Amino acid sequence: MCLAVPGKILSIAGADELTCTGRVSFGGIVKEISLALVPEAKVGEFVLVHAGFAINTLDENEADKTFKYLRELEETDEPTGEES
Amino acid sequence: MKYLDEYRDSAAAERYLREIKRLTTREWTIMEVCGGQTHAIVKYGIDRLLPDKITLLHGPGCPVCVTAVELIDRAVEIASRENVIFCSFGDMLRVPGSDKDLLTVKAEGGDVRMVYSPLDSLKIARENPDKEIVFFGIGFETTAPANAAAVLQAQQKKITNFTLLPALVLIPPAMEAILRDNACRVQGFLAAGHVCTVVGYREYEKLAEKYKIPIVVTGFEPLDILQGICMTIAQLEKGKYEVENQYSRAVSREGNLKAQEIIYEVFEVVNRPWRGLGEILSSGLGLRDKYAVFDAANHFDLVTGTVREDSECISGLVLQGRKKPSECPAFGTRCTPENPMGATMVSSEGACAAYYRYRRKQTL
Ligand code: SF4
Repeated sequence: MCLAVPGKILSIAGADELTCTGRVSFGGIVKEISLALVPEAKVGEFVLVHAGFAINTLDENEADKTFKYLRELEETDEPTGEES
Repeated sequence: MKYLDEYRDSAAAERYLREIKRLTTREWTIMEVCGGQTHAIVKYGIDRLLPDKITLLHGPGCPVCVTAVELIDRAVEIASRENVIFCSFGDMLRVPGSDKDLLTVKAEGGDVRMVYSPLDSLKIARENPDKEIVFFGIGFETTAPANAAAVLQAQQKKITNFTLLPALVLIPPAMEAILRDNACRVQGFLAAGHVCTVVGYREYEKLAEKYKIPIVVTGFEPLDILQGICMTIAQLEKGKYEVENQYSRAVSREGNLKAQEIIYEVFEVVNRPWRGLGEILSSGLGLRDKYAVFDAANHFDLVTGTVREDSECISGLVLQGRKKPSECPAFGTRCTPENPMGATMVSSEGACAAYYRYRRKQTL
């Protein structure tokens, strides 16, 4: 139910914040999505989409943290288990 | 697909599992709050890959499963009326009410439609000006802004034949209800990532402090869940109880402020009964007075009948993490997804449905 899927904004239409929409690509399948909750979103950015609405933009820098933590584990033979 | 495939990498999952094993020295019980996480855990068999010392309990985080029978009865009553088009997310159609479910209403000639977004029901309202369109507004904080924005759009576009049957619920009060229960075995929480995408996790800081329990905001892919468990175990082993954010690509501490502004413009916090958990104070969202014209419960004169639930179903205990679905005597025999006795068997995110789909052969 709280499923939300990441997609990339291809274009944005409408000047009114409440009814502004974007064409969002989910691995090639394109849907029209409301951008009312992410007025700052830009073309080319990834958003998380739930029930027809983008609920947030995804942060590319933060996305790597899961792997950064893994790389740290790989590098040290005695991993610390601290923080990601 | 970007942001999905890389979080399903099996070598990376192995590495996280090794780290979890290395860290775990004692028995720990962790609850994943969200049904989406339960589904992923059972589907990928994550609970079975973990060290025996770690027990995962499945939480109440499936909005379909916790919607109270009286609300389903109201939905059934409205949907049965002439001149109404009743719109709902698909999962809700087969959840049993006291007498019947929404799909039965449809079979009996009611106009019940499955929609993907509350905005679809606005479109239906514009296309059918002589009908009353009602949207069944179920969901958690994740879905609340979509409901609120639909109401605001209806107001802006002067759509007068649209109302909402509000059934939105809030997660932190339910987590607290579980923690307050004397029988509670939960020592750490994986908090629901997409709920926090919208509302952030400041509220969890109070819970973590008050109940001295680590809470890790966690995503939905296998690697997210493994990392979330790893972070929770690391805290438990050190005796820490902090709120940490595994899902930082989608969640910030403050959450989406625009979405919160829209939610609280339209809704206010109300008490709400939960299926299986009873009434929880300040755990739901209802329409504010100035949007009362959009409230289907006011709009239709509803007769409240007697609420009846299947007495054999133990979904209340399943939702609190006190019983596993396979401990229910009806599981897989008298209760199946084709013929569900409880909501946790209907929704794909309900624990009973997940066990039925992925575990039936082993558990029967
Ligand atoms: S298996 Fe069916 S009857 Fe048993 S708890 Fe789950 S939903 Fe209820």
